[in-house]
Amino acid sequence: MSNMSSVDRKVLSGNEAIAHAAYASGVQLAAAYPGTPSTEILENIAQFRDIYCEWSVNEKVALEVAIGASFAGARALAAMKHVGLNVALDPLVTFAYIGATGGLVIVSADDPGMHSSQNEQDNRALAKFARIPLLEPADSQECFDMVCAAYEISEQFELPVLIRTTTRISHSSSIVELGVFGRRSRGDLHYTKDIARTVMVPMFARQRRLALEAKLEELRAFSQEFAMHRIEPPTCESHTGKIGVITSGVAYQYVKEELPTVWILKLGMSFPLPEQKIRDFAASVDRLYVVEEGDPFIEEQVLAMGLHVEQPKVSLRIGELNPDRLKVLADEINGREPRPVPSPVSDIPARPPVLCPGCAHRGVFYALNRLKATVLGDIGCYSLGAFEPLYAMDSIVCMGASIGNAHGMQKADYKGERIAAVIGDSTFFHSGITGLLNTVYNKGTSTVIVLDNRTTAMTGHQDHPGTGRTLMGEETVEASVEDIARGVGVRHVVTVDPYDLETTYKTLKEELDREEPSVVVSRRECILRCRTQTRCVLSVDETLCKACGACLRLGCPAIEIADTYQIDARRRKVRINPVLCVGCRMCEQVCKFKAINEPPNAKQIQRRIK
Amino acid sequence: MKDTINISLVGVGGQGILLASDILCQVALLSGKDVKKSEVHGMAQRGGSVISQVRIGEKIYSPLIAAGETDILVSFEKLEALRYAHLLSCDGTALVNKQEIKPVTVSSGQADWPNNLDERLRTAVRHLRMIPALEIAQDLGDTRVINLVMLGALSVYIDQNKDVWREAIADLVKPQLLDVNLKAFDAGRNYIKHMQSD
Repeated sequence: MSNMSSVDRKVLSGNEAIAHAAYASGVQLAAAYPGTPSTEILENIAQFRDIYCEWSVNEKVALEVAIGASFAGARALAAMKHVGLNVALDPLVTFAYIGATGGLVIVSADDPGMHSSQNEQDNRALAKFARIPLLEPADSQECFDMVCAAYEISEQFELPVLIRTTTRISHSSSIVELGVFGRRSRGDLHYTKDIARTVMVPMFARQRRLALEAKLEELRAFSQEFAMHRIEPPTCESHTGKIGVITSGVAYQYVKEELPTVWILKLGMSFPLPEQKIRDFAASVDRLYVVEEGDPFIEEQVLAMGLHVEQPKVSLRIGELNPDRLKVLADEINGREPRPVPSPVSDIPARPPVLCPGCAHRGVFYALNRLKATVLGDIGCYSLGAFEPLYAMDSIVCMGASIGNAHGMQKADYKGERIAAVIGDSTFFHSGITGLLNTVYNKGTSTVIVLDNRTTAMTGHQDHPGTGRTLMGEETVEASVEDIARGVGVRHVVTVDPYDLETTYKTLKEELDREEPSVVVSRRECILRCRTQTRCVLSVDETLCKACGACLRLGCPAIEIADTYQIDARRRKVRINPVLCVGCRMCEQVCKFKAINEPPNAKQIQRRIK
Repeated sequence: MKDTINISLVGVGGQGILLASDILCQVALLSGKDVKKSEVHGMAQRGGSVISQVRIGEKIYSPLIAAGETDILVSFEKLEALRYAHLLSCDGTALVNKQEIKPVTVSSGQADWPNNLDERLRTAVRHLRMIPALEIAQDLGDTRVINLVMLGALSVYIDQNKDVWREAIADLVKPQLLDVNLKAFDAGRNYIKHMQSD
């Protein structure tokens, strides 16, 4: 893909556009930990072979790696989902004092509406908190243009720049004019040792604090003239006076779509704000609104300028914005009765996401349910084990929290009999190891179950230290969960195959009852990752099925109630959907009546699983 | 054709909806139109309900389509058609794969499959076209091409010549699968054309 130089026009997602901009801007290093909706940024950067890129073990490390590259004078990028920036906040805030040598851009992909996240924090606040410039693209073209601009700003002001996208920017696609697409050439890097700038001991940090404030003053003046703010006139005549809307990001698109009668001040840089531009705009309209996705970040700054901002009767605050919500505001602004919004039918069965047929996590959750254990959970596909019928997870907080949570409950003399932490392999490497060391050091007795499916499944199968392969496709040292556990001092480390339900149950029972810390590694490759399966689809012998429902407690989507074999309304026999069954044989093990078997004349089928 | 056409593609995770919407975007790009597509990745792909929206026109702002403003609903599964029927405009068209995929709530006995689904769909949708996409794909020997059958059906409603569609498909489908995908596209397209000429 390198050395492209034709004039190019492509349909790109926001994430793909950011990757293209990184290439065009001459970025030499990119680091990230996968997280929806940010994951595809690094996956696409990896397509450009001349950028060094990596899945770092977590976001803090990713940013620290990017900072190292900036120290060396190289342009660098760190990408993460919004909650990832919490993890990386420590290096961010201090690096703002130090400042960038090579341009450094951090992409925070926020997830308002929580499509695939545990909270909907608005990370624009963190740009203000760290005192660094903040750009908010409104479509893929702006993702491309703003990342390119961000590198110039970063090097001009010697500051890291935060790009804040939201789900409908990251995962929406639109046309991008890439121009004459090529890679910006970089001169030789030169590193100059300057400890007063880069060694943040208090004596130097106090000076850098002042330097940062001075840069912010310059940035305020820069923002005033920044070319990516713009004022747009209405496209329809207004009958309700001159209305002004200040907006940013994807909210701009909804305003354009639904509020054709308003004047728009579309902000490209939302920290620091172009104060005089905002004052002038406010003075030019009769009524001023601020429409932004997430917190009242711009609005509170505008209010702090002493300007009056209209408050919509129906708040736009919580959740994701969309055209329907802007219609409500449009009706309010135009003094119309609210139009009814068509609503979905409510009486049809839901289709929630479920653990896949053959998912190895099922074996562990089935055992934990039988053990009536209190299970502190973590972030990943296995959060689906919290729901009926497995119902075997008590909490989910953040990456790595399960281990500390379990330890804390145990130390608080929790009277429940059995406490376990459940954490995926990628999450364990991300931030489980320190928690495990803590449990051992502080003489805890909780059991940590590592669900090792050999990949980062939730975000679409990225490599991690346990897979033995890097983002750039190179073979590397394969980290061993067992060795790490023993290394931090766990004496009881057991590995089980979760497809073997009885051994899994017995092992977990033994380790949960042990008055010492222990680690159980449940190892079985993600079923979606086993691209080719040679397994036999099972079937139910209806003459043997007693409709006891034991197999249904596995929560496998391939096991269905078979209406034709109904005994009575409450006891219904089951059948196995041959299209969904992958032959994991867990259901065969739970059937006391031996009704689930390989069908007679079964062929070993080999097929690709999506 | 009016200035902007709004298409919602819905179905179940793993049915190839994202590829179908990517091809649709490529058709728009090749035709010199503006286009936006919106979809959500992540948890929903684990057998959950999936939606992707594509808007094509001279100038597109919002990547999302307001409820009640979808011109064409392409449903890869029958129950999902009813779930998203409210997205359609009063004069909208639904192209629905006749295939039924039971959600886990039904297969596990927690909820019942609606027994009057076809009738409810006919009530909810003004212009309803049922398409046996699974059977058509099976006849072609590859059930994975349901998405191209549905795309072929959709192509009849989008004012673009067939060559642009073929070019877009060739741009996005793996070369070794191009032939069966093009056949699936043609089969879906012809199915609607025959229906219209009846």
